[in-house]
Amino acid sequence: MSSRKVLHLDGVHKRFGPVHALRGVELDVYAGEVHALIGENGAGKSTLMKILSGAHLATEGSITINDQPYEPTCPQDGREAGVAMIYQELTLAPHLTIEQNISLGMETTRLGLIESITSKVEAALKLLGQDDLSPKTLVGRLNIGTQQLIEIARAIVSDAKIIIMDEPTSSLSTEDTQALFAVIRTLRAQGIAIIYISHFLEEVQDISDRYTILRDGETCGTGMMDGVTIPEIIRMMVGRNLDEMYPHVAHEIGDLVMSCNHLRGIDFPVDASFELHQGEILGVFGLVGAGRSEMLRCLFGLETLVDGQVQLANGVKLSEDRLSPKRALDAGLDLLSEDRKSEGLAQRMSIAVNTTLSALYKQSKKGFINLKTEKTIADKWAKRLSTKCHSTLDAISTLSGGNQQKVAVGRLMNHDSSILFLDEPTRGIDVGSKAEIYQLIQQLAADGKSIIIVSSYLPELQGVCDTLAVMYRGHLSEVQSVDSWTNDQVMAYATTGAPVSVSVS
Amino acid sequence: MNFKTILSKFLPFVGLIFVIIISVIAILIQDSSGEDLSSFLSFDNVKTILIQTVVVGVAALGMTLVIISAGIDLSVGSQVALATVVFAFVINGGDVSPDGVSHVSGAMVALAILGALAACGFCGFINGFLSSKFKIVPFIVTLGTMQIFRGVAKWIAGGEAVRTPSNAAQSFMDYDGPLGIGLGFYILILSIIVIGVMLKYTVLGRYMYAIGSSENTARLCGINVERRKIGIYVLCGLLTGLAGVLQYSFLGSGNPTIGVGLELNIIAAVVIGGGSLSGGEGSAIGTFIGALIMAILGSTCTMLGAETYVQEIIIGSIVIIAVGIDRLKHLKTA
Repeated sequence: MSSRKVLHLDGVHKRFGPVHALRGVELDVYAGEVHALIGENGAGKSTLMKILSGAHLATEGSITINDQPYEPTCPQDGREAGVAMIYQELTLAPHLTIEQNISLGMETTRLGLIESITSKVEAALKLLGQDDLSPKTLVGRLNIGTQQLIEIARAIVSDAKIIIMDEPTSSLSTEDTQALFAVIRTLRAQGIAIIYISHFLEEVQDISDRYTILRDGETCGTGMMDGVTIPEIIRMMVGRNLDEMYPHVAHEIGDLVMSCNHLRGIDFPVDASFELHQGEILGVFGLVGAGRSEMLRCLFGLETLVDGQVQLANGVKLSEDRLSPKRALDAGLDLLSEDRKSEGLAQRMSIAVNTTLSALYKQSKKGFINLKTEKTIADKWAKRLSTKCHSTLDAISTLSGGNQQKVAVGRLMNHDSSILFLDEPTRGIDVGSKAEIYQLIQQLAADGKSIIIVSSYLPELQGVCDTLAVMYRGHLSEVQSVDSWTNDQVMAYATTGAPVSVSVS
Repeated sequence: MNFKTILSKFLPFVGLIFVIIISVIAILIQDSSGEDLSSFLSFDNVKTILIQTVVVGVAALGMTLVIISAGIDLSVGSQVALATVVFAFVINGGDVSPDGVSHVSGAMVALAILGALAACGFCGFINGFLSSKFKIVPFIVTLGTMQIFRGVAKWIAGGEAVRTPSNAAQSFMDYDGPLGIGLGFYILILSIIVIGVMLKYTVLGRYMYAIGSSENTARLCGINVERRKIGIYVLCGLLTGLAGVLQYSFLGSGNPTIGVGLELNIIAAVVIGGGSLSGGEGSAIGTFIGALIMAILGSTCTMLGAETYVQEIIIGSIVIIAVGIDRLKHLKTA
C-alpha cells in the first residue's frame, strides 16, 4: 500500500434545515487501498457520498484531493477531479450500448461527430476480465453483475483516482460478489483508492484494508481492518451495548390469530405459508428483492394476491379477489410502509392529518371533521411517542427521519389494528430513534398485538423478534424460534434457499 | 406561525392588493385628472368586475378540486359550451328551434338547469373513469374529451347557436339582485362557501388533499383512490355545468363555439389563487381571488384602452409568476 493520501476530509458538517446530518466527519483515504466506510442506516454515509460526488455542498469543513481543495458543485466536478461513484441503483441507460454508456456525458467530438473510444473501452473491459464483451452490446441485455462492471469500466475510462462503491454487492449473487472482489483487488493494484460502503460486515472485513466508522453523522473510529473484530465494529457503529439497543418488554405468545397458506403474488411471493399468534413478533429476513415486502403488500391488498388462503382468527377470510387496504384495515390489519417518503406519509401534509388519515371516523361525524378533536388525537400520539415537533400542525417534511417514523407508527396505533405489518421500520433513522422504535414494538406485543417485521438487517430481527422466517426469491422458509437459527443458516437460506435443518440446542 | 407560512397562506390576498394598487397607479398615470380613476373605483364598475368573475369563478371552484387531487381537466371550456347548448335544447322542449315554445315555466327552467348539470356531470364521470380505471394521465384524457365534448355540443346544436325564448335564467347575470348585483354573483359566493367548508371540514375534502399530496399514502390509509377520483371529476363537471348555465345567462342562447380557451383562464385562476399543479394545495377562497385578479386586470386594460393582446400577455405572465412563487415556496421546505 502506498502512503500517498489522496482524499482528506476535515471536520465536514452538513445541515438540511433543522436536520444536522453530518456533525464532523474525518476521513483519510490513501492511494491503492480499499477503505471501508461503515455505519448504520442514517449514520450519514449517503449524505457524505452526495457531498463527495457533488450532489450536495458541505455546510462546514474542508475536503482536499491530492492536497488540492475540492469543492464540487455538480457531479461533473467530481468526475473531473477523478472521483467516480458506483451507486446501489445502477445508473446506466439500458437502450444505449456499453460504449455509449461509458462515454455518456464525457463524449469528445470531432467535426460535431462523437469520437470513438472503443479501444479504451476494450482495454477497460479487459482489465475487468470481460474480454469477451463487445462494446457494441446493449446494456439492457446484461445481467446486474455485468452492468455493475460496466459502471466500474466507466470509472476506469474516465481515469478515476477514487472510486466510491455504495452497497455494490446488495443485489449480486455469491459468485458475482467474488468476481467483483477480484476486480476491486485489480483496481487497488493499479493505485486506485476505493471507498467501499456495505452493511455486510464479513464482506467488508474480507475486502478492505482500513475502515472508518460513522455514527450519527460523526466519525467515531478508524484504523486497520486487521486489528479489529466484527463485534468491535458493531459496538462502534451502534455506540451502545446490544441490551440497551434492544430493550425487552415481557410479552406472552397466545392463540393463533392469522394463518396464511401458499400465498402467491404476481411476481412475489412465490410460495409463502406461516402462522401468526397473538403477542408474537415474527421477523422476516431476506436480501433486497427477495419478495418480503411484496408478501406484506399482498396481504394488505396493495398488490394482487394471485393465490393462497388468508384466515384470520376473528373469522374473517380474506380471499384474493376482494382484498383492498380498506378491507384489510377493517379486518384489523395495518401496514407500515418501507417507503416513508412517497408512500408512508404525505410529506407536505401536517403531522395531525397524517396521524389520523386511516381512522378519520374517530374525529368526524356525518362526514364533517372536528379539527379540534383531530389535533387533540395527534397531540396525544406525539406525546406518547415523544415525537419532537413544534406543533402537530407542522408539515411532515419538517421532521427528521426518526420522528417521521414515529408519526407513521402513531397512525397505526391510532387506527388500533391487532395485526401489524412493519416493513423496514427502522430504515434511515438515527440510532436513538431506533431503540425507541424497538421498545415500542415490544410494548405493542405486550399489549397483545401480533407483529410481522420485514428487515434486511439481521441483528435487529434477532434483537426484537420472537420467531424468524427467511425469504429467498419469493419462497418463505419455515418459521422457527429466533434463537434456533444460526447466522450461517439464515444467510445460507437467504442467499441460496438451502433447506434449513434447525437443530434444537 | 412564522413569516413564511403567513406569506404563503395570504399570498393570493397580497397579490390582489398589489394588482389593485398597480391598476390605480396605471390609471392615474394615463389620466392625472382622476376622472378615469373614480369611474374605475365606482360601484358600477365594481359590480361589473364582480359579475365578470362569476363564470370563470364557479368553474374554477370545480377545477380547484381536481387540481388539489393532483389532476387536471382541460375539457371544462367545452363542457361550458355543451352546458349552454343542453340548457337551450331543453328549454326549447328538446328542439334546436324555439319556435314551438311560447311560454317558459319555472319548472322548465329548473329542468333545463338540471339537464345542463347532468350533461357536465356525465362528462366529469367520463374523464374520471378513463383516467383512473385505465390509468391514462388526465392531461391526455381531457385533451381528448375537450374535442369530443365540443363536438357533441356542435352535434346537438346542429352546428350553430341555439336560440331560446325569453326565460327567467336569462336574468341571472343582470344587475337586479341584492345590492344591484346579479343573482349569479350570489350563486358564486354560495358555491365558494360550500366548497370551502367541504375542503376544510369534511372527510371528502380531506381525502382530496390526501390523494393530491400523496396518492400512495392515501391508498395505504384505506382510501379508495380510483373511486374518489371519479367522484372528484364528477363534482368538477357539476360546477362546470353550473358555470355553463351562468354563461347561457350572459348569452341568452346556447352556443357550441363559446368558451374556447376558457379552460386556461379557469386553470390560471386556480393557480394564481395558490393551487399547486403537483397537487395537495389550493383553496376555494384563493381560487375566487385568482378569478377576481383576472377580472380586475381585464377591467383595468379596458379602462386604459389597451388591446386584448396586452391583457393576454399580462395574464400569461402572472400565471408564470404565480407558479414560480409556488415552486420557490416548495424548494425551501423540501
